[in-house]
Amino acid sequence: MLTYTYRRLLISIPTLLFISLVIFLLLELAPGDPMAQVPLTVPDEVKQKMREALGLGEPLHVRFGLWLWQFFVIEPLHLIDNLFGTTFAEGQQRVISWQTRSPVMDIVAQRMPQTLWVVGTAYVVAVLIAVPIGVYSAYRQYSLFDQAGTFITMIGFSIPPFFSGVLVIVIFSIQLGWFPSIYDTTHVVNDWDSFVVQLKQMVMPVMVLALQITSQISRYMRASMLDNLGQDYVRTARAKGMREKTVVLVHVLRNSLIPVVTVVALLVPSIFGGAIITEQVFKVNGIGQLLITAIQANDLPMVQTLTFIFAVLIVLFNLIADILYGILDPRIRYD
Amino acid sequence: MPDGTGTLNPLVEVRGLKMYFPITAGVFRKKVGDVKAVDDVSFTIYEGETLGLVGESGCGKSTCGRAVLRLYEPTAGSIRIAGTEIATAGFDSLRAMRPAMQMVFQDPQASLNPRMTVAGIIGEPLDEHTTLTRKEKLARIYELMDQVGLNRDFANRYPHEFSGGQRQRIGIARALALNPRFIVCDEPIAALDVSIQAQVVNLLEELQDRLGLTYLFISHDLSMVRHIADRVAVMYLGKIVELAPRESLYGSPQHPYTQALLSAVPEPDPMVEATRRRIIIGGDVPSPANPPKGCNFCTRCPKVMDICREIDPEFREIAPGRHVACHLVTQASQTAGQAAASEASGTTEIRIQQGE
Repeated sequence: MLTYTYRRLLISIPTLLFISLVIFLLLELAPGDPMAQVPLTVPDEVKQKMREALGLGEPLHVRFGLWLWQFFVIEPLHLIDNLFGTTFAEGQQRVISWQTRSPVMDIVAQRMPQTLWVVGTAYVVAVLIAVPIGVYSAYRQYSLFDQAGTFITMIGFSIPPFFSGVLVIVIFSIQLGWFPSIYDTTHVVNDWDSFVVQLKQMVMPVMVLALQITSQISRYMRASMLDNLGQDYVRTARAKGMREKTVVLVHVLRNSLIPVVTVVALLVPSIFGGAIITEQVFKVNGIGQLLITAIQANDLPMVQTLTFIFAVLIVLFNLIADILYGILDPRIRYD
Repeated sequence: MPDGTGTLNPLVEVRGLKMYFPITAGVFRKKVGDVKAVDDVSFTIYEGETLGLVGESGCGKSTCGRAVLRLYEPTAGSIRIAGTEIATAGFDSLRAMRPAMQMVFQDPQASLNPRMTVAGIIGEPLDEHTTLTRKEKLARIYELMDQVGLNRDFANRYPHEFSGGQRQRIGIARALALNPRFIVCDEPIAALDVSIQAQVVNLLEELQDRLGLTYLFISHDLSMVRHIADRVAVMYLGKIVELAPRESLYGSPQHPYTQALLSAVPEPDPMVEATRRRIIIGGDVPSPANPPKGCNFCTRCPKVMDICREIDPEFREIAPGRHVACHLVTQASQTAGQAAASEASGTTEIRIQQGE
């Protein structure tokens, strides 16, 4: 398993380099000008100088090479400096956002907690809800519970968050006034009351996201349970005289979780990717919102860096899913 | 060997067992009929004997075996194992009775949990039904592995790492873990190749001698049943058509279906094999959802009579220990003991085609 992991990690290096090149070229081809927001009264030659100051005057390969150098060498060195108080990266140029002129990674570090809190919580909540629903609807297939579950998951699948988000705002913020419609990022949790406020402002974005994720995972869980409930070893377990609880929760559930765990692992990168639309609806200034504003402002280093981080996470979690599969299913061995 | 009745204790008594599976159709999944997988089956298994249950695929053998252990909820009928009624027993009391009755399954690969080790599979029922310590449990697992001829070193391996024959040994060890008295062997050798089949059957016989087990041996392999069974029951379309001690069943089959079935068994002697005449019955098995009126076999029976299409023949004892459900036989036995005559001429009267 270890050699397999090493081999996969080695293969992922050229993959990621290629991905970064593709992202870079795509952004290069995309129309748009970082100076588009500058007022028309500013003369063209001044704009040209500003572009050159951003490094746009250099040829393509130089800019790509520079980004690679900054992202793979200087940023890690800077991180080491921050952690251990060393001065490896002192005076070196980092990846700078064109919008704010501050290092991209600093902004990402500021935005990450919001996204992790909201989207991460939604994910945990969704899995906690989805697994029991999937198990029970499979165990009582075609029961009222199963039918209702199917109906609700269909709704969850088919209603986009820009609709469900606005809908819950209309109902719970405007009509009932239970929760705030805007997520306040500056809110500091330091006592019980402020914790309650934090919970309240998290409820709606978390639920809107969780509805979608629950729908997906509970369907996977149900299908996988149904698959395993019909297997011969389940009858063997019953013939052994095991309790029904043991049969379902030990024998069937453990075998059914194998594909579900993989699906869950593959969906994790989307946590970091943030839920772009949901973050917009509730004004959570997380990673998704950061990406959208960067695209709107033609902030190429920011878009390039964020997209590449997502690519790294996707490659990494694919690997993690494969390894988990090998750990959970003794029939699968990679070496 | 129990050739007659009454001398031995009956261990398993099945009376009027019916196992119907509902057929649903339409938007509202309304019940529109039943698949009569097992339809009014009665038999008795005596302590220490092996009852063979044979029949073609889909005739309800496996369903019958599973219903006897109540792995299905039977539609009707009574099943008594060692005097205890299990067809209507509550879930917990049934679970408490599980140790006495076990099953060896057909597909040794699919019937073992792929995520459990051999020790886990064999040891799990011990956790549930006994209070052994860890050490005693391990000792018992090793003992069982020795009994079925598995190397103790394999205890921590997973089922997929074994060959088919070894997996079936795991399945047998698991069934033996709780010292059962009665084991249903549901085609335990069907998924194995011939050399391994013999090993597994010998193992089953050896265990029977040593532990005094009682088997219900379900198989479509007539020669293997002849080898292992003391008495044999023949099933067709959910019903037992004939039940008799091994030698008399194989020697002089009474029911036309049994005769046809046995004519398909190849002979080891090439001289005899060359002259073996196969009775080839035409047509297909009717659907168990819609069995014919009268006798289930009337659509294909070479000796069919008018009464067969009207009245379902009763399952009757025609001689001590011999039960047949056929108008031909029961009529003959009623009319002044001409059974022997009809039996002797029976095989030649029917339309016979030469086998390959």
